[in-house]
Amino acid sequence: MGNPAAIRDKVAIIGMGCTKFGENWDWSAEDMMIDATFEATEDAGIGLKDIEAAWVGTQQTGINGLLLAQPLKLGPIPITRVENGCATGIDTIRQAVHAIACGLYDIALCVGIEKLKESGFSGLPEFFFDPVYNQGATAPGRWAMAATRYFSSYGLTPEEGKTCLAKIAVKNHYNGSMSPKAHLQRKVTLEQALSAPIIAWPLGLFDCCAVTDGAAAAVVCRADMAKNFRNDYVLIKGIGLAMGPGWGKEDIDFSYDFMPETTRAGELAYEQAGITNPRKEISISQQHDCFTIAEMMEYEALQFSPRGQAKQDIDAGTFELTGELPVNTDGGLKSFGHPIGATGVRMVYECYKQLQGKAQLPERQLKNVKMALAMPQFGHIGFLGPIVCITALP
Amino acid sequence: MVGITSYGAYVPIYRLSRSELARAWAGGTAGGERAVANWDEDSITMGVAAALDCLRGIDHKLVDSLYFATTTSPFKESQCSTILTTATNMRRDVFTGDFADSLRSGTIALRAAIDAVKAGSAKRSLVVASDSRLGEPKSEYERLFGDGAAAVMVGDTDVIASIEGIYSHSDEIYDNWRRTKDDAVKMWEDRFVLTRGYELNFREAVSGIVNKYGLQAKDFAKVVYYAPDERRHREMAKELGLDKGQVQEPMFDSLGNTGCAFALMMLVAALEEAKPGHKILFVNYGNGADAFILQVTDEIEKSQNHSGVKGHLASKMQLPNYESYIRFRELMPVEMQRRPMIVSSAVQLWRSREWILGANASRCRRCGKHQFPPQRVCLGCQSKDDFDLVDISDWKGELFTFSKDNLALCPDPPVITCLADYEKKVRFYARMTDRDPEKIEVGMPLELTFRKIHEGAGFPNYFWKPSPIR
Repeated sequence: MGNPAAIRDKVAIIGMGCTKFGENWDWSAEDMMIDATFEATEDAGIGLKDIEAAWVGTQQTGINGLLLAQPLKLGPIPITRVENGCATGIDTIRQAVHAIACGLYDIALCVGIEKLKESGFSGLPEFFFDPVYNQGATAPGRWAMAATRYFSSYGLTPEEGKTCLAKIAVKNHYNGSMSPKAHLQRKVTLEQALSAPIIAWPLGLFDCCAVTDGAAAAVVCRADMAKNFRNDYVLIKGIGLAMGPGWGKEDIDFSYDFMPETTRAGELAYEQAGITNPRKEISISQQHDCFTIAEMMEYEALQFSPRGQAKQDIDAGTFELTGELPVNTDGGLKSFGHPIGATGVRMVYECYKQLQGKAQLPERQLKNVKMALAMPQFGHIGFLGPIVCITALP
Repeated sequence: MVGITSYGAYVPIYRLSRSELARAWAGGTAGGERAVANWDEDSITMGVAAALDCLRGIDHKLVDSLYFATTTSPFKESQCSTILTTATNMRRDVFTGDFADSLRSGTIALRAAIDAVKAGSAKRSLVVASDSRLGEPKSEYERLFGDGAAAVMVGDTDVIASIEGIYSHSDEIYDNWRRTKDDAVKMWEDRFVLTRGYELNFREAVSGIVNKYGLQAKDFAKVVYYAPDERRHREMAKELGLDKGQVQEPMFDSLGNTGCAFALMMLVAALEEAKPGHKILFVNYGNGADAFILQVTDEIEKSQNHSGVKGHLASKMQLPNYESYIRFRELMPVEMQRRPMIVSSAVQLWRSREWILGANASRCRRCGKHQFPPQRVCLGCQSKDDFDLVDISDWKGELFTFSKDNLALCPDPPVITCLADYEKKVRFYARMTDRDPEKIEVGMPLELTFRKIHEGAGFPNYFWKPSPIR
């Protein structure tokens, strides 16, 4: 076994940028990468020439490292395109963190990008030729199966279950309404959420995140040189990634009401960061609410709520902006949007700003933010690819 | 002794009442209802269902040939019967043939099977007839037709109804036809069609067979015969001087005219009620006629455990309106949904045919874990390439979880995406069919049924779907 603390406090984030998320008809993917990168390099006080290596993460907007080199006129330097589903954004940062922690580079750039609104589709495109399983399948349909099973396993009536999900939607819409860069910036009421048109029963319209364009960027460097750039730099404490085997839908021995991969990714990150009581030690958490049921089950997977008991914490307001452990403080995928490759970097952007006390609207800035968690994950129950990134002030 | 050794049938679950058809077209109604194939059914899927009904309790590997009859093949080129033999996991050296184009093709296939068994080239030959003919919207045929399939096994052991005589003739007439470019059945003026087509040929076949074997109408316990509609069926009984009890009920009110499968479905219905010693006269029409004399044996008492015609007719759901029929049969062009195009790959289908068509799960030889689709590396113990294939197509199961998806592409939303547990061994991920969206609940009993899932890549793609037990 390797050393779990090998990257803890070795790498610092010294600059970040994030475009407006939304239906960005006016900006190309290149425009968004340029804007996110320049915001990050200006925030760090460096120039493009200072970047020694770069990683660009996208699920479907482009291929290979030239995707980033061309718009920014970088290089020749090492650049790699990273793809790991919805975990792409943070896995992009993970590549840079490993390279810097081992001493190969001092300063690196990480960019997450996705341009989804050029296909003409509602929802996400599919790329696979599998004659059976990918044809006409939808993400809400698969997550709806998880909701049905979760409700059934833990004795929630459909009404009770849907009310829990609606509360999450209301919370994330409220948080998004105070995020100037969020895709959706309007509040919804519990009644609106509960009576919304059904997309895939039991999930209604407000249980599903938007399809969004966006980009986000981070400049990372060796922790011991971070204070040369700024005092309020943010340290990487740990990054846990956990995959597979991915046959939960087809495994009769799997109860389909929890997230074993997400639980493992959390454990790996907590061990790296030296966290023993996540609920007490984590100040804020940015999570993957592609569908509200995902956020609900993640409370349990990340050890914030006991298994099967997320409802109690939802009803107690634990995860609201005023609660004990605010979740998706910027609106989450639900309101901020979900440009796949950019999402993880956007989550870290929100953690970074909250840790620094620089949330874009002062009324959204939380007090005493010490340790922040960001967790995007691809797939659906039984087929998850989560990645957990813990950041903190020095 | 050569004869029928087993039988089966299939009627789709949906019925459309003729009064609804009358409402849609502001016309009169003949009463009753017709069977309507679900949107994911075609002649091949109905044929697979009838074949499996016939094959209950029989080792599929013992079948030597399969003949498939239809006038509604999804293909002009590419064989249907090979899809049936692959879906039912028959031997690779099973002899296959499609019989097409004539309403008589079901009985032509039957005669070919009888001849093959008599000649010794096959011990067991399965004959499947299946049709889903389209009547022109608003036409008499739209009201009259029904969808369905029948299957009979022909063999020389355990015969339940022996073949005692055969008579056939051919005739050339344009009474009904469809050119390769036509979807709906065309017909000439009905008086000509009935008097010079059906009636002349029918009389010739009946007199031909009774004279050949020295029999009379009164010698038969049952007379099972095709007619285009109820009135012609009744009139023919009168002309032949048949007692009411001798006439096999033609199911125009409950099923409709199921084309080349119709006469065989009536024969299956007759066998369901037949007693040892019964003599049956069986006559079919289409570009000539085929007539058969069958003698029911004591073996009929041992059969059957088949759903057959009776079981399938009793299990039904009402199609709410004619608009649903329009959607099922794609009678109108509709707005394309803004969703990714459905695609497929002939390569993947070919490589995966044992599970996509054959419903084979893997069972690990080391730890016993089952998986569908089959896995080379076991999910339970990670052993490699150490498994047996197990046909799960007749397994029973229950619903584990589901969603009602309004976003997924489907002519009949919502799509019930679900996980179903079969025999507590295999968890099957697919979409449920033949279901009432208001009656879906965790734990409900399910079986598996072979369906067309889409036409990605320009060909029909078939797979198995969970459905409520019929």
